Amino acid sequence: MSARVRRRGAVNIVVLSLSVAMALTGLAFLALIGWTLVSRGLAAINLDLFTLETPPPGSRGGLANAIVGSAMMTGLAMLIATPIGVLAGTYLAEYGRDSRFGGVARFINDILLSAPSILVGLFVYGFTVLPTQHYSAWAGSIALALIALPVIVRSTQDMIGLVPVPLREAAAALGAPEWRVMVSIVWRSAGSGMLTGVLLAAARISGETAPLLFTALNNQFWSTDLNAPMANLPVVIYRFALSPYDDWQRLAWGGAFLITFAILVLNVLARLVSARSQSKV
Amino acid sequence: MAGETLTARPTVSTRPADDEAATVKVSVRDLHFYYDTFEALKNVNLDLEDRRVTAFVGPSGCGKSTLLRVFNRIYDLYPRQRAEGSVTIGGRNILDRDQDLNALRAMVGMVFQKPTPFPMTIYENIAFGIRLYHSLPKAELDDRVEHALKRAALWGEVRDKLGQSGLSLSGGQQQRLCIARTIATEPAVVLLDEPASALDPISTAKVEELISELRSDYCIAIVTHNMQQAARSSDYTAFMYLGELVEFGATEKIFTNPSDKRTADYITGRFG
Repeated sequence: MSARVRRRGAVNIVVLSLSVAMALTGLAFLALIGWTLVSRGLAAINLDLFTLETPPPGSRGGLANAIVGSAMMTGLAMLIATPIGVLAGTYLAEYGRDSRFGGVARFINDILLSAPSILVGLFVYGFTVLPTQHYSAWAGSIALALIALPVIVRSTQDMIGLVPVPLREAAAALGAPEWRVMVSIVWRSAGSGMLTGVLLAAARISGETAPLLFTALNNQFWSTDLNAPMANLPVVIYRFALSPYDDWQRLAWGGAFLITFAILVLNVLARLVSARSQSKV
Repeated sequence: MAGETLTARPTVSTRPADDEAATVKVSVRDLHFYYDTFEALKNVNLDLEDRRVTAFVGPSGCGKSTLLRVFNRIYDLYPRQRAEGSVTIGGRNILDRDQDLNALRAMVGMVFQKPTPFPMTIYENIAFGIRLYHSLPKAELDDRVEHALKRAALWGEVRDKLGQSGLSLSGGQQQRLCIARTIATEPAVVLLDEPASALDPISTAKVEELISELRSDYCIAIVTHNMQQAARSSDYTAFMYLGELVEFGATEKIFTNPSDKRTADYITGRFG
């Protein structure tokens, strides 16, 4: 009996130390990345970064056009993806729950969730850039929207699924028509969860590079024309980081820091929103 | 088996003494209910009277909640559930295919086992149902909300916090909020599906008190697992078992001198 207890104790110590060691390894890499990013990135942060355009090598410059371009394309992508995603998620969770079509659509959406973003980029390239014969911010936004869409669909679906059945029945039992039960009760209950999903989707697409390479490309200059190529942080980072010029590399670090910071902010916001919704219930 | 198909209209002699004669509000005839192929209600016949409380008792799965869910056709939210026979409310068979379900549900209110406050303010919880059918000026809406909350004996506790979330109330208060919400639309029939089973004894007492208050204005049907509650707060009691209405009559008679052995066994706690 005591031999068994000793053996259990030994196994416990081995498994526990292995888990702690692995956790520390993971955290160490994360800390390393974080430290490199912060130390190199912070050094590149100055007023020029936010006010000047991307420069030729050797001249003074910043990332203003890329920051604005990224914000515009991410914003536009979310404007496209949010209504479609929320409505599709609502359909799949509520109305298409038992139908064969709903089942297939849910399955395909889950596949899209993990589709390589470069494929999405190539797909959008095929149906926007090729026919119009030029890269454009529109194409970039559409590609980003396609990546955000399955995330929003899935989170909407999950959040609506969490709304208790008796709550819907209670609203229906007052004589509320189906659409009103949906809008006033179900969406309102699931609202902060759905918003969390939207914020996480925005975080997800704000660092995407591959789909933009084939669609919005890049722009050395200030441009807010949606029909023309548009500068954006991920592609600028990609180009500048690979270049042999020190000042370009420094800008790339600055851009990487900005994107990471933006994603951090979005994630914290998402957490705050979902924490608030939990304390409400 | 005897009693299976009895049309359970209690006889005059067993009626509880009351100031005025009651009128039949809900009339159930030859009702069968199916979940897919499972027959959950077998040939149920009974009448619910206005301004009376009718309690439905029986072991879990006997069909009492199912019966309640027929009265406002809430089962219609789900595919593969169907009812056959007739349920007449206000002179109309509500099982008719062309029955307007929203109108029916405005006329037949329902309160559920777990409190279901909507994720909105206390005021909006009450106003939600009223607004579905009337567009009233603000002052009149305020009056209706206040009246409903007073009727549900909740006004004193919430009058200063109408703008707070309905979810901020205690469980018992939430349930009275749900009752207030239901009567705010002025239904003819109020269905209560184990309204106190999730509440503590004090809240339960308040809800029961409220039920006896509301009795003077509504036809009330209540499903309960609590025999004392049925005995205390109802005029008539229906005992159901395995989808059948076994016995129906004045509460006093059911609890003191039941005719069916199964009823006697159940109310004395021998099974269920």
